[in-house]
Order: sequence, then C-alpha cells, then structure tokens
Amino acid sequence: MIKFTEEHEWLRTDGDEVIVGITAHAAEQLGDIVFVELPEADTEVAKDDEIVVIESVKAASDILAPLDGTITEVNEAIVENPALVNEDPMEAGWFFKLKLADPSEMDTLMDEAAYKAYVAD
Amino acid sequence: MATDLKTTPLHALHLRLGAKMVPFAGYDMPVQYPMGVMGEHNHCRTKAGLFDVSHMGQVRITGSNVAARLEALMPVDVAGLPEGRQRYGLLTNDAGGIMDDLMFANRGDHWFVVVNAACKEADIAHLRANLPDCDVTELDRALLALQGPTAEAAMIDAGIDVAAMRFMDIADFDAFGGLTISRSGYTGEDGFEISVAPDQAEALAEALLAQEAVAPIGLGARDSLRLEAGLCLYGNDIDTGTTPVEAGLTWAMGKARRAGGAREGGFPGAATILNQIAHGADRRRVGLAPEGRAPMRAGTALHAAPDGPQIGTITSGGFGPTVGAPVSMGYVPTSHAAEGTALYAALRGKFLPVKVASLPFTKPGFKR
Repeated sequence: MIKFTEEHEWLRTDGDEVIVGITAHAAEQLGDIVFVELPEADTEVAKDDEIVVIESVKAASDILAPLDGTITEVNEAIVENPALVNEDPMEAGWFFKLKLADPSEMDTLMDEAAYKAYVAD
Repeated sequence: MATDLKTTPLHALHLRLGAKMVPFAGYDMPVQYPMGVMGEHNHCRTKAGLFDVSHMGQVRITGSNVAARLEALMPVDVAGLPEGRQRYGLLTNDAGGIMDDLMFANRGDHWFVVVNAACKEADIAHLRANLPDCDVTELDRALLALQGPTAEAAMIDAGIDVAAMRFMDIADFDAFGGLTISRSGYTGEDGFEISVAPDQAEALAEALLAQEAVAPIGLGARDSLRLEAGLCLYGNDIDTGTTPVEAGLTWAMGKARRAGGAREGGFPGAATILNQIAHGADRRRVGLAPEGRAPMRAGTALHAAPDGPQIGTITSGGFGPTVGAPVSMGYVPTSHAAEGTALYAALRGKFLPVKVASLPFTKPGFKR
C-alpha cells in the first residue's frame, strides 16, 4: 500500500513499518537538494513534528512527521549524496522508516489517485 | 504574475524557454529554466550562460567636467579612466555608507553607467541633483550578459568579433542594430555584457542560444555564481550601513583618491573612509566556509564560541556547486577576520563550525 500527505510525502507499507519519502513532484518543486539532516533512529515523533531539514539550492524546508510513531531507521545514503532525493525520490531517495503508533491512521491519507488530483489542482 | 510587475524585452522568450518566473526588483524575471539552478551554474562555469539583466539601469551622461563631478560622488578614480575602459564604482553617502555599486565607462563623448535595478531611480535622481548642468538619461535598452569560458567563441560565432577586447574594455559594434559591449560580468568568469536596442534583444538572444554551448541562466544560478566569485550583492552584502573599507572594497578606490593621492578625498564620507583606511575599520566582510554540509544563509548569526555573544552576521550564503560545498560571506569584527579563524554559526538551535576563508571561492577566468 502507498499513501500520500498534503505535505507531498509518500508512505509505503513495509511489514509492520512504513517507509517515508517525498514525492517526485515535491523534489522537482524544491530543485536540486544539497543538504539533508535526518532524525536519530529510535526517536518518538508526533504528527507534524519538524523532523527532517532539507535544503535545496533555493531554500531550507522542513519535512514533517506524517503520523505518530517511532523512527526505526534513517537513510544515511541521502545525507552522503543529497542528489539521490532528486534522482530517485520514490525509491533510493527515501528518508526514514516509521513504526506507526496506530497503523489504521494510514486510512486517513490520500491514495495515489487522490494525490494526483491534489497535485493537479 | 502580478499586474504591477514590469517586464524586459526578453519576457516572451523566457516563457517560451520554460522559465520559472519570480518578482525581482519590480520585474517579472526568470529564476531558473528547466535545466535547474545547479545545472545552469555548472553550465556557465564550463561553457557559456546567457543572462537577461535588462532590469538593471543603463545611464548615459553627457556634459562638461563629468569625471570631476562623478569623483565628488564616488571614492573612485574616474578622471584616470581611459576612453574605452570600464571600472567598478561606489556611490557613498556622507557617513561613508554605500548607496549603490555600479559600473562606469569612459565612452569619449559621454559616460555610460550601469546601476542596480532596485537602486536605479534613486541613483538617477542623485546623479541629476549633483550634475545639474549635465544630461543624465536612462537608456531604453535591453542588457544581456554572456558569461563563461566559451563566451568569446560564442560571440564570434554569432558574428560579433570581440576577440581583441580585454577584461573591462568597452566598445560599440554594428551588429543587431548597434551594440555596446563590455568584457565584464558578475560570475567570476570571462564574459560580456551587451547593451542592445529592445527590438533587437530577442534576435540577439536567439542567435546566441542557437549555439550548443550557450544555455539560458536564471537569477538562482546568477546568485550562486556571484557568491562563489566573492562579489557583493547590493542590499545583502553592502548597503548604506557598510563602508567600502568594511566591505573589503578598498581596492576599488585607486591610489588617486586616498591619502597622499593626486585627488585625495573630496567624496561623500571621505573623513570616515580615509580614517578607516589609515587606522582600520572595526569590522569587515569575509568569506566563510561552513565545515559541515549545511548551507548558512543570509541573516545567520555568527559567534566566536558556542553559546557566546553574537559577533557577526552572514549576509549571503548557500550551496556552491563549483566548490561542492556550502559557501557564505558575512561581517565579523576585524579581530576575527583572519583567514582560518574558527567561528560558529547559530543554525536551528545548534552552533555549527565555520571558518573564515579567502575570497573568491573560485578562481576567476578573466581575460586580462
């Protein structure tokens, strides 16, 4: 299952966790990403906490926790090579894995068709 | 696009090229093209980039004693500038602060001045008030910049033989309805700024863009290019609150206007500026190299020690694609301005290490 937020994040289920990244649309809007600061693993986060800082050639942006949960793993590859987020935002450019406090909250997010319509507006 | 924004003669071309447009100094200007800021930056450093800088003010001054009158407004050697040459200048106020930075050129029968877009109305009023019996006219012309190591070849291929020009030369050419071209720019690369009639601007831009080596470059890459080159952005790195000495622009003054020079002083703020040259200023603009990967942008506070008092401020900063790392400029006390001085920038609640670095960050490509 893959879901999307209004903040242009995607969440893909991976066992009892979700993998989180930003959408191709978001990556394109941000421009060339040159810096990523990720949270520590084992951090408990609440929905809308500012947990990731990304900087493009244009500006700094915050990435918010999409739902309540615990960070279980972060993608150090995008810290070493921030351009990965632009090159492959939906796969190799993922940000972190999150163990959701309440997996049923995934149902509150947009599916792919709804996100496509949201971006088209 | 807001209706009160002005447009340049290349506006339709920018839209055709797929530019993302933003308001800048009252104009609707391209911030980037589909290539993206990083790609445009690298293209300009390795090949040639075409910039629309038509928002800048182009001013023609005629009359008697123009050089002496300009020297009464700028701490710069104007009278010593030969015909056919351009020089960097600074308008100062009575406190020694910088009202604008500009380029001026001796064209023989007139003087040609290029000023910043955001300052042009104030500059022209200031020039008219202080050169009352001279004619100060803003020219209705477009201004294009072609910058990069293959800029000369691209100009020649477009039928404009600039091979004999050297850095800071200025000359007229017959092509495209009559061009005024200086070998200068704002990127640290070799290149040209081309003044062209509005109705010929698009044809000239198309002739240059038709060549494989030339790509259009937006304001985003213009900023990262000038930052790596250590060049000041008026309003960020210099303003009425900074003097030429604090800004590290004493080189622009020339010997003639300094203590003991042939035409010492006699410009607004001379007492302050000459005193700072003799005894040093309390602070100065420096290059700053963040040690980590986090860009440190304008407004970031600088500290001598973590949790210590703020001692300075970053005035420009971002990622430097050619350097491959973040680069910044800012003001620090002269006691902390030596190259290699370790400082800390307050960023998102942390104190991150940053070192004072020499400017420019990249080697200039000027054809001297």
